[in-house]
Amino acid sequence: MKLTETVRQSIKKATMLGLLAGGMTLGGMAQAENVLRVNMHSDLKIVDPIWTTAYMSRNYGYMVYDTLFAMDTKGQVQPQMVDTYTVSDDGLTYDFTLRDGLKFHDGADVTSADVIASIKRWGAKDAMGQKMMGFVAEMTETGTNTFQFKLNEATGLIVQALGKPSSNVPFIMPARIAATPPSEQITEYVGSGPFVFLTDEWKPGDKAEFAKFADYKPRSEPGDGLAGGKVVHVDKVVWKVIRDQQTKMNALSKGEIDVIESPSHDLLPLMEQDENIQLVDLNPFGNQYTFRFNQLHPPFDDPKVRQALLYAFDQEEFLLAAIGDEKYYKLCKAMFICGTPLDTEMGFEDKLEGNMAKARELIEASDYDGKPLILMYPTDLAVLEPLPPVAKDIMEKIGLNVDMQAMDWQTLVGRRNKKEAPEDGGWNAFITSWNSVDNASPLTTPFLNAACEQALFGWPCDDTIQALRDDFSREPDAAKQLEIAEKIQTRAAEAPTHVHLGQWYQPHAMGKNISGAPVSPVVAFWGYKKAE
Amino acid sequence: MWSFLLKRTLSVIPVLLVVLVIVFLMLRLTPGDPAANIAGDAATTEDIAKLRVELGLEEPLPVQFGIYLGNLLRGDFGDSFYYKRPVISMIADGIEPTLSLALFTIVIACLIAVPLGTLAAYKNGTWIDRMIMGFSVIGFSVPVFVIGYLLIYFLSVKLEWFPVQGYQHIEDGIGGWAYRLILPATALSVIFIALIARMTRTSVLEVLNEDYIRTARAKGLPQSKILFKHALRNAAVPIVTIIGIAIAILISGVVVTESVFVIPGLGLLTLDAIQGRDYPTVQALIILFSVVYVVINLLIDVIYTLLDPRIRY
Repeated sequence: MKLTETVRQSIKKATMLGLLAGGMTLGGMAQAENVLRVNMHSDLKIVDPIWTTAYMSRNYGYMVYDTLFAMDTKGQVQPQMVDTYTVSDDGLTYDFTLRDGLKFHDGADVTSADVIASIKRWGAKDAMGQKMMGFVAEMTETGTNTFQFKLNEATGLIVQALGKPSSNVPFIMPARIAATPPSEQITEYVGSGPFVFLTDEWKPGDKAEFAKFADYKPRSEPGDGLAGGKVVHVDKVVWKVIRDQQTKMNALSKGEIDVIESPSHDLLPLMEQDENIQLVDLNPFGNQYTFRFNQLHPPFDDPKVRQALLYAFDQEEFLLAAIGDEKYYKLCKAMFICGTPLDTEMGFEDKLEGNMAKARELIEASDYDGKPLILMYPTDLAVLEPLPPVAKDIMEKIGLNVDMQAMDWQTLVGRRNKKEAPEDGGWNAFITSWNSVDNASPLTTPFLNAACEQALFGWPCDDTIQALRDDFSREPDAAKQLEIAEKIQTRAAEAPTHVHLGQWYQPHAMGKNISGAPVSPVVAFWGYKKAE
Repeated sequence: MWSFLLKRTLSVIPVLLVVLVIVFLMLRLTPGDPAANIAGDAATTEDIAKLRVELGLEEPLPVQFGIYLGNLLRGDFGDSFYYKRPVISMIADGIEPTLSLALFTIVIACLIAVPLGTLAAYKNGTWIDRMIMGFSVIGFSVPVFVIGYLLIYFLSVKLEWFPVQGYQHIEDGIGGWAYRLILPATALSVIFIALIARMTRTSVLEVLNEDYIRTARAKGLPQSKILFKHALRNAAVPIVTIIGIAIAILISGVVVTESVFVIPGLGLLTLDAIQGRDYPTVQALIILFSVVYVVINLLIDVIYTLLDPRIRY
């Protein structure tokens, strides 16, 4: 090691002497600050977490902004910027008080005017926000740091929506920034979150930097998921773009970066053996694979064909193909994620187990005419690429004729919004993955929205599901919410909107000198400690 | 000469126009929708449709092209769909790493390949010639990422002489800048060493059979003088051509090397922009690369006249 160090220094010196004028230094080599260098799953591209639903923008949001409420590791929503709140006996008036000492990065105090402007912008854009705003008759400032929601109908949705953990998250911005129409991107990046975005250091395709916000006032409770005290122990967090999986692992092993958010599952066995690397699973709910039907066209406009797939698909076949190691996946029939308050198998007890005979029976009883159906096959995402061939094989075994078309993910993303018939550039089915927290409630599960033309690509149309989702949004009692969720799940088993193909877990890889990473369904960087 | 330069410069305009039209159409005819990518997975069809309007993608293609051309004539290359930054500033950020890598690579390649090729020609038919040409075949055959991984494994991971990845801007210290370029430039130079060495050997071999070389030998000039002053200079025209093409290739994107060694250059910017269907960025990059090719070809033509006085325009 000593010899190695000597050689390394010699190369550096030789390089310098050979090429340099005197007095120049190896700038950038020294690390005086405590800097956490992280390789995220993607490059940060859009810095307006309300304008897009992209996960990277949401993650950025949690760095720079704070939220009124936040979800803990048990899936419960807790106050965050809000100090206290009360609900009137009739459930129609909510009074909120903000914590003292909340400041934006430009030094201004966070006021109720900022909160109301931010909620208005979010409520105009986000599906759950729109739902919540449907109940809100009026939002008023009742003081500098107090505000009131008056509802036109009682609902259990208000706190749940304000504590929504994933895209779009109701982040609080200064009123002048929140006044930007939600259809336009903001151009000023000031929040009141635990980190300040260093705009001058943002190099698209290379890195994004965040400095600790010295005036951030964490809650006094210990951190718990996205809730509790967001205590920052490092001076700076740098999100470094590294695309090559092997290079990521080498860089982590040699201490050039500290954390990899999404290491390839292929490399996990190698990382487990590396004495400098630890693997830590921080998301208790993991991710959920989903098979999406396009219900505008045959054969998936026929519920029998959709139901046949619920019987035919065996979660384990998909999870084995994509993830491999059973440590990193879980068979789970609960549509709203195992381990959450809405964890139930209702309606799915006999499904997702590879019952081919029953599936064939349903196909034979359906109107399916043998026409090839188009299954889109993204070949450039390692986490999805193994799944469509598994689906194709199963579908063909039950009598469906499958045309699996290879394409890159961006092509798939463009094509899935096309409503045309499959032979005219449309599609029949594809497989994707969601952060489980997105699917933890009937209101947030994007694929469960069955509002026909207003629904997400696939466009399911089901009045029963929509009515039940409305009932769910009105119900304040948790036990009764579970009952409604069971009814929704039962209905989704009869007239499926999508198929959940099991949960999988993505451990973070980090250096052995890193500790304190918060367990949370969304990536967050408070709590991290880095020993030099 | 000056009228030649002027004519060649003016000939760039129709070339660029053709490139513009082809790139513009190809991007829009390629499957994929930037608005759907930008809006995110949970965006509704309605959200995406609004975004398409905002990005100007719902206008008829001739109108879109007219707006683009108008902006271009005013020197406005547009903003990235994603980053909402001027495309020019993003390209400016990527130029330094790309030029640095190209410079290092071509210097390493020339310093090694030209003497090797000359030596191979001089020792034509011997084991030295066969060894050099054998290396050349290997250099062509082994993918750059394999060489990159091997260099990283032995020199960075095992011996710890170099960092695994990363680029340091020249303004942060020229020593660190050069130090971090050694591995990627070495990996990338292998194929160019092979290419230039073969070309040098062939050209020098041809020249070595010329009468004036025989005359030089008859005069009793030292072999080194015959080789490097008389033979190499007269063999230089095709070598310069191949070096020029190599430089153009290096500037217009070396995606794999940039990816393996994490160099934020134009190659990765191009790849990201194409994958994300970031039309303004791709269009500006293709214009830049076209200009690079034209300018380098022009420079090669000028260098011909310096190397061979018989060439006149």
